[in-house]
Amino acid sequence: MEKLLGEFSFGLFIWQTVIVVALILMLRKFAWKPILNTINEREEGIRSAMESAEEARQEMQNLQADNQRILKEARVERDGLLKEAREIRQKMIDDAKGEAKVQAEQLIAQAKEAIESEKQVAITSLKNEVAELSLQIAETLTKEQLSSDKKQTELVQKLLKEVDLKA
Amino acid sequence: MRHLVYLFFLIFFATNAFAADAVKEPQKEGSLKDEIKAYIQHHLKDSHDFYLGSYKEGDKKKYIGYIGLPVILWDNGLKMFSSAKFKHGKAVVQKGSAYYKLYHGKIYKTDAAGTISYDEEHHPTNEKPLDLSMTKSVMTMLFTALLMFFLFRSLARSYGKNGNIASGVGRFFEPIILYVRDDIAIPNIGEKHYGRYMSFLLTVFFFIWFLNLLGLTPLGINVTGNIAVTFGLALITFLLTNLTANKNYWAHIFWMPGVPVLMKIALMPIELLGVIIKPFSLLIRLYANMQAGHIVLMSLIGLMFIFNNWIGSSLSFVLSFAISIIELLVAALQAYIFTMLSALYFGFAVEEHHDEAH
Repeated sequence: MEKLLGEFSFGLFIWQTVIVVALILMLRKFAWKPILNTINEREEGIRSAMESAEEARQEMQNLQADNQRILKEARVERDGLLKEAREIRQKMIDDAKGEAKVQAEQLIAQAKEAIESEKQVAITSLKNEVAELSLQIAETLTKEQLSSDKKQTELVQKLLKEVDLKA
Repeated sequence: MRHLVYLFFLIFFATNAFAADAVKEPQKEGSLKDEIKAYIQHHLKDSHDFYLGSYKEGDKKKYIGYIGLPVILWDNGLKMFSSAKFKHGKAVVQKGSAYYKLYHGKIYKTDAAGTISYDEEHHPTNEKPLDLSMTKSVMTMLFTALLMFFLFRSLARSYGKNGNIASGVGRFFEPIILYVRDDIAIPNIGEKHYGRYMSFLLTVFFFIWFLNLLGLTPLGINVTGNIAVTFGLALITFLLTNLTANKNYWAHIFWMPGVPVLMKIALMPIELLGVIIKPFSLLIRLYANMQAGHIVLMSLIGLMFIFNNWIGSSLSFVLSFAISIIELLVAALQAYIFTMLSALYFGFAVEEHHDEAH
């Protein structure tokens, strides 16, 4: 211990302290602060670059997912449209068929009706004709004076032949 | 690879210096041992001058690459002169009316003849002026400080020129700065408070590391193995810890929460002692490790000359080589430990209050 104290040089201690303190202050101003700032800045830059790269990647992924989704939606929509169109076509065909059937039935019914009424008219007119003919026959018979039975029968036969029943 | 070159230089220079001394004095083994011991002792201490090596030419000691360093004394006014004037302790320097003499690395006030009187334990009793000299350690620290300033300022500047990417030598240091931040500061201090300690932690880490590495060069520098230097560093840690400490830290020292009152009183002096012991352990650890490393390394090199035969000398060469490599590791390790423990103490100081159950 005594040797240690004997070796202790006060002058050297003073110089050493002055030099080191001055060196710390000088280096702090001219070296350590700029160096550490630059290193921090650089690290910050790297960190933010990596973060933004990650963000871009995420965005790309989102975009791709979006695209996929839109494509899928479009496909679904197209399928829907096609299906709808098919349905509409079928419906139109069916509708047309139905309508045609109804119309046809109507026409048939009308035709039947017309036939019926014509028939009625014809029957009526036939009836009238028969009545008239009967009357004529009767008239003629009465007019000609039936001389003989034979002659009468001939006449009736002749008249009946003339009246050819149309109906 | 560069470190290996350093190592070779270290061994080369050190051996040169020893060889010169050893060869010139073909005396008995004891004196060689003493000489090596004295050499190591001298190396471990700070010195007022700087030289690469020395050798003896006849009776005279010659120096290679000698540089005198400025001596600054405060003794009734500021006195400055070059340490070369001491002529390695042989000459007395007169400044004004006072005379100074260098004796075993320390400056004493003497009379005109340079008489030094001793007490019973052979310690000089002469008056010592306040010595604020720019010694070898001070010069080394100044050099390290300048080197660090230019290195790290160039790193800071290279960001601006190179789009926030380090260029040049900064590429080597940037990961170390990141390591200090991510593995020393943040885990120990916490995300919230670490920022204000970063300047200290980074500066101290590189300062200690660089000085430790310089100690492994053949320049014979031993700065971090000097108690005054480690004391100064630990003192800053101590002051920073206690000046930035929050209420919670002081509560744990003076009135430990969650224990009975008697325990609170018993713990108070222990905790208070801990406040001082923590930085004290820092200063002793760094000092002792670096000092020990230098002693072991130099002793092993010295052993080569004591063995003075092929087998022993080459064995201690291999050993000293291995120790040098370990010392390289220790240089970084001690810087890491000092920084790490400082960060840990700062962490205690700013720890947020947590629940009583702990």
